[in-house]
Amino acid sequence: MSTIAMSPPVEKSIERPGKLILVLRYLRRNKGLAVGLIILFGLVAFTVIGLMTVNTKNAYPLSVALKKPPSWKYPFGTDFFGRDLLAAMVVGMWQTAFIGVVAGGLGTFIGVVLGFTSAYFGGWIDGTVRTVCQVLAPIPVLLIQVVIAGSLDKRDVTIITMALIVVLLAWMGPTLVIRAQVLTMKERQFVAVAKLSGVSDLGIIFKEILPCLLPFIAAAFVAQVFVAVFAAFYLAVLGLGPLREPLLGNIIWAAQSQGAIFNGWWWWPIIPSIAMILILGSLALINMGLDELANPRVRRTE
Amino acid sequence: MTLKFVFRRLVFLVLVIWAASTIVFFIPRLSSRNALRERFGELARTGGFSPGDMEKIIASMQQQFGLDQPLLTQYWQYLHNIVRLDFGYSLYRYPSTVSDLIAQSLPWTIGLLLVSTILSFVIGNLLGGIAAWPRAPKWMRSIATPFILLTGVPPVIMAILLIFFVGFKLKWLPLGGAYSVGQVPNLSWTFALDMLRHQILPALALIFGSVGGWVLSMRGMGITIQGEDYVNFAEHKGLTGGRIFRDYYMRNALLPQVTGFALALGTVVTSAIIVEGLFGLPGIGTMLNLAIRSNDFPTIYGIVLFITITVAVLMTIVEFLYPLLDPRIRNS
Repeated sequence: MSTIAMSPPVEKSIERPGKLILVLRYLRRNKGLAVGLIILFGLVAFTVIGLMTVNTKNAYPLSVALKKPPSWKYPFGTDFFGRDLLAAMVVGMWQTAFIGVVAGGLGTFIGVVLGFTSAYFGGWIDGTVRTVCQVLAPIPVLLIQVVIAGSLDKRDVTIITMALIVVLLAWMGPTLVIRAQVLTMKERQFVAVAKLSGVSDLGIIFKEILPCLLPFIAAAFVAQVFVAVFAAFYLAVLGLGPLREPLLGNIIWAAQSQGAIFNGWWWWPIIPSIAMILILGSLALINMGLDELANPRVRRTE
Repeated sequence: MTLKFVFRRLVFLVLVIWAASTIVFFIPRLSSRNALRERFGELARTGGFSPGDMEKIIASMQQQFGLDQPLLTQYWQYLHNIVRLDFGYSLYRYPSTVSDLIAQSLPWTIGLLLVSTILSFVIGNLLGGIAAWPRAPKWMRSIATPFILLTGVPPVIMAILLIFFVGFKLKWLPLGGAYSVGQVPNLSWTFALDMLRHQILPALALIFGSVGGWVLSMRGMGITIQGEDYVNFAEHKGLTGGRIFRDYYMRNALLPQVTGFALALGTVVTSAIIVEGLFGLPGIGTMLNLAIRSNDFPTIYGIVLFITITVAVLMTIVEFLYPLLDPRIRNS
């Protein structure tokens, strides 16, 4: 105690550090978020640089020599059907990102709209939304997606339909999260003050509540991207993806059907597996980091 | 637990099953694919009967399955069948019903699922609890860290990595299949051991793929619980560390985990089925894989519905178990 009392005030002029410095300082405390962002940045860089330098035609069958192990010419090797796995990873990563962002974005959007209307207006709207979410929640979404993807004509299965299939049954999570947050937010004093001073419902929603919820929406979005990537991956592993496209799950499905590991072509399933681990791992870390940012009560007490 | 609670849960269960059945009934009918036509078209190409005969067969089949009835009649009949767990006939292995096929492969899936889920839940919660327990030795608390890092690795990828490293590189365990090639299923010890050896990698894939989630949520729970008054009270009473850990800390932290378990059941079962298919064990997963490959739609829908119903029923059972775990619910 005494040392603190004796030390003279050091700061002479109080300078507010720039925004970037503040963000970087926060990232030093929230290491999971930092690591997740670094991995994600690396993956994005790989995809972008790859799309510019690698011949993406080689990601499709019968374009290069078959079954070559990783070498200088083919850093990730080539598969049984004559795809260069490096090109396949670049294209597959891009497609995975597309599915994730489209499905995640749509799911979060539906969730935010439904969550807000349900919590803010209450009454029968809230009752309906809540019951529908609760009834749909125990149904294993992935299996229903199997039914949808299986019923589609093979020609109709594209990257875009994959994203739509995934989103069809994946909006309940964000709806419930946003609904719960709006419910607590609605009771806060600043909302009551705004209401008494005659701000319209839309004004309160957009100017008072929405800004406070941004971290939650960001966390819900990342969680949704994770769910979408995961679901699309599982569907593709089951052979329900667009079979021609080099989606990561498709490559694993193809490798599995040809008994790749059994035949010694280990790089064929292993490389997309590692890519998937990096994608899902970074998303999981970012999600946990954002949770900590949005919800300080989760912050570690260590 | 009041009668009203039981009744409400049961109504909810019926609602869930009805919703799932309805989705599975209507989605295929929205699609332009005709399962019967595809199957018989395939047979006509390979088997050599004329397209004219094919139309007749399809017409008689549609009549037999009631597919010429109005949609609502079909829907009613379908719901009626679901209640009796009758999912119709498999297209690919025609005279067998889907329920027969499920019954044949179910024991494999139940065995794998039960062992891996219980082990994963117990190990995960124990490690997570220890990781958040301030009085545990440092080395014990750090065991949990590698498992947390595994959270981002789904069981399917874990399966591929294990097949490659443990099965292919180290050659410690078989790469897949239910038993060694050349073995005939019988009731001998050698066969039982051989079968068990083939189950180890799938089980490990499922355990490693899910244990991280339990560790994480239990650690979070533990951090909240250790600041509670009753834990402080137990400490001031002078109880031993082990007693506090077991009866005050773990007991209370476990309750929400059981809820989490009920919620995660769907994912757990789905993962198990896909992993099983990857290893080619003769369970429901492999059946689903085969059905998808051979466009055997009734089997796909039957499996999906069967699993959905099972998961919903299990969730309800877990909720009925709460009062046994939590005296507060029991006495209120």
